[in-house]
Parts: sequence; C-alpha cells; structure tokens
Amino acid sequence: MRIYFSNQGNLRYFGHFVQRLDFDNPNKLEIVTDERWVNVHPAHLVLTAALANKVGKENSEIISNVPESARYLDRMGLYNFVKTPSPFGSYERKDPSGRFIPITIIKNSSGQSHFITEMVPLLHLGENDASTIKYIIGELVRNVLEHAYADSGAIVAAQYFKNTNRISLAICDAGIGLWKGLKIWHPRTDEDAIQLALTPGISGTTRKEGGTSENAGAGLFFIKSIAKTTRNNFAIYSGDAAYVLKKTRPDQKKPKLKANPFEDSCVRETGLARFDGTLVAVDISLDTTVEFKQMLDMIGNVYEAAIHERKERKYREPNFI
Amino acid sequence: MITIKMKNVAGDFAENKDIAKDIRINKLLPALEKEEDVTFDFDGVSGATQSFIHALISDALRKHPDTVYDKVFFKNANEDIQKIITIVYRYMQESM
Repeated sequence: MRIYFSNQGNLRYFGHFVQRLDFDNPNKLEIVTDERWVNVHPAHLVLTAALANKVGKENSEIISNVPESARYLDRMGLYNFVKTPSPFGSYERKDPSGRFIPITIIKNSSGQSHFITEMVPLLHLGENDASTIKYIIGELVRNVLEHAYADSGAIVAAQYFKNTNRISLAICDAGIGLWKGLKIWHPRTDEDAIQLALTPGISGTTRKEGGTSENAGAGLFFIKSIAKTTRNNFAIYSGDAAYVLKKTRPDQKKPKLKANPFEDSCVRETGLARFDGTLVAVDISLDTTVEFKQMLDMIGNVYEAAIHERKERKYREPNFI
Repeated sequence: MITIKMKNVAGDFAENKDIAKDIRINKLLPALEKEEDVTFDFDGVSGATQSFIHALISDALRKHPDTVYDKVFFKNANEDIQKIITIVYRYMQESM
C-alpha cells in the first residue's frame, strides 16, 4: 500500500488524496511525502495510522526524504506507527495545549469518556464550541465501538488552526466498513452504503422506523448536518467510495439541510483503492454564529420529516375502482 | 417516585450509551411498569448526545406509550439537552 502526503491538506482536496491511494500490496505500507512541503489533515493521519496498525509497525515506513514541515507528522505521533525513526531527533516539543490532539486510539466506552474530558482543555474551547466538538466525537467514536467490529478501536486526531479559527478532526477504523455494516438495507455498492449511512433514520441494526432501543440511525446525519449548518467540509470514505460535502460559502444563502446526502452540494468518488473500514472527517469553524441549539432545531425537523415521508410511502392505499 | 441525578451517573457530558442502557433497564422501565414517576435531573450536565438520550428513553416511549408522557420528567435540562430530548420524543412518536 502506498499513501502520498501532498501540500494540500485542506479537506476540500480530500478527493485528490484518496484518488492517489494505492493498496495493491496489502502487507506493506509505504508513505511518501511532497519533497518541499507537507500539509496534512487529521483525516490523512488517522487513515495512515489505521493502515499501519493493520500491517504492523515493522511493515510500515516513510520512504521519502521528508521536508522540515514534516516535523508536524512527528508532533502528531505518526512516527509511533512506523518503523522509520523520526529524523527530527529530540527537540523541545511544543505544549499541545490549545493546538492539537495527536493520533489517539480509543478502544472502549470508558476510554471514550476519558478522551472527551481530556480533549476540551487541550483545544481551549468555549462552552458552545465544546458542546459541538464533544457531540461530534461522542457520536463518531460510539459508532466505531458499536458497529465497526474493529479490533484496533477508533483512531482519532484533531487540530486547531488559529488563522482560520477552525478545528479539523477525523476518526478512522479498520473494521467491517459501511457496506457490510448496512447490509440489511442491501446496498448495491459502497457509494449506496455511504448514501444510506448519511440518511436520517437508517440504522445498520434494524429496518424498523425509530430504530431499536439502542440505535436510531441518526449519528452520521447529525454530524454532516452540523458541518453543513456551520458552512464547513465533511468527508467520508469506505470501501471504494468517498463523499465530500462541499462548504457553503459565506456569500451563499443559509444552508438548507437535506435528508438525501446526494442532494447536497458534494463530490462523490468511486472506484478508489478499497478501504475495509471507515474514515470520517469534519471541519468546524469556531467563528460560526450558529448556536448549537439552533442547529438541533434544524436537524430535528429534517430528521422527523424524513421518517414521516418514509412512513407515508409505506402506507397501503385503498383500491378505488 | 424516583429521581436520577444524571451528573452522578453520566458525568458532565452524557454520551456513554452503556450508562444510558443501564439506567433504562434497571431504573426507568421497572418504575414505569409499576406506574411510578421518574425524574431525570440534569443539574450540572452540560450536554448529551442524541444516541445517549435515545438509548435512555426510546424503549420506554415504545413500550409504555400510555404512561411515559405523564410519568417521566426532565429537570434542570439546559436548552441543548431539552432540544435533543424533544427530537427523540418527536421522531419516536412519528415512527410509531
């Protein structure tokens, strides 16, 4: 397998990143970086860590000469997952407080609760921002722990960008992937599975409306909706397909939430290198004026309408002759 | 009547569904079967995920539709938590 870290770390270029993935040799992972400048999103890091975990540290290496900007890979903990020693030697690492959460593995619900508590002071979040980020991490990690069947758990990383006042975060697992996770809905392709996963009220555990006592099929729809209402990017990659929700520009009208993710302004990629797991990445602007409770109102309305519409479709009509 | 102090069992941010499930099975459903009042006190809880609230109350909404609306109370829930509880109440009723 080969991963290329370019100088385009923004989530809007996620399609370029996944198009260049090469998973031909599944027993070995080689990481190549741009020679002059490396700029990665947490999404790139957690996917790399998940694959390195799968093939083993002894079979994972960074094979190119890395530029000085690759020091960031060291700070985020990537060198802990590969056999290549860090070329940056020992140096005084910056205090992570207020900047980033390095690649972290969460294996159970108590680990999740601990991570959520520790994360907020690391990112120096205000109350409203903390609610949003805690919500996203809480739902995404739980999804992995419950549905991914990934022995290596959930792999998480986050970064705060001061110049744009934005938090980028990503979570990845090397589990069964969306297609297998949603097989009761009979998705034909990985792209179908992504569409189902982002549709409100669709759960991998039941086809019953309202879900089971444990699951309602709302988690990923909520996260995508939070990204949309705060005018940010959102990406998901599983199997041979990826979906990137495009950012709604500030000069565009108030974002309207859609129950069908493919009706959103998005980029869909298919025929990619097959990843047997799931990667979810999201950016959250802390400048946003949207209050969390307003977001919940919008999300709740679309969710309810989606269930209503599906139920109406199920009603049998009388036969008038 | 029983009162459950959510901060003591679920912490500052209610996201652990194992805890929600435990409360549902061991406290909420037995109380509703006896037609007892149940109060969830969210004092000191800053937020909750939809998954947590769903795991806590959806089964009661489905299994005890005649009693749950009169017997279950949410105290000191902030606006975010109130919104999430309302979403779960609404979509569960819509789906039944």
